[in-house]
Amino acid sequence: MVRSMKTSKAGIVAAMAVAIGLSAAPAWAQRDPAYAAARSAGQVGEKADGYLGVVGGGNPTLRKLVDDLNIKRRANYTERARAQNATVEEYAFTQGCILISRTTSGEKYQAPDGSWQTRGAGAPQRDSRCP
Amino acid sequence: MLLGGAMALSGCISVSAPDKPIVIELNINIKQEVIYRLADDVKENIESNPEIF
Repeated sequence: MVRSMKTSKAGIVAAMAVAIGLSAAPAWAQRDPAYAAARSAGQVGEKADGYLGVVGGGNPTLRKLVDDLNIKRRANYTERARAQNATVEEYAFTQGCILISRTTSGEKYQAPDGSWQTRGAGAPQRDSRCP
Repeated sequence: MLLGGAMALSGCISVSAPDKPIVIELNINIKQEVIYRLADDVKENIESNPEIF
């Protein structure tokens, strides 16, 4: 783990990342490592309804991970929807719009037709109602 | 049995399965104006609860 720290581009980038992390951590920095890895590997994707889905066959560990996060998301959506006088489905769907737009290259997301897509460089395919 | 069979012949409507899968669009009633109203709040939600997203 411990390496000699030369003054290099990588070193500067790492130092900047630490500095940024102290002020405003990006969303991915807060993710559970197993979840982050599954997202990057395209085993887990963002669905149009605001919840996570297992892409392909999956396995029990992956399904448990997705179920746990979706239970937390549902509780969060329920609370936020109530504060906004919206239904849980409306809130969750809107969250899905934004989560899909924020997927990064290589991550999976669900297109309006229900198919899994891999996010590329361009804009993702989203529901026509998405902001 | 006999009675049921007679009813089937006279009064029943036969339904055949469609060859295409039945897709139920659960989000069809969500209005665009509601989505636009909620957009800022869901963005703030990601910042407040990054661990679940």
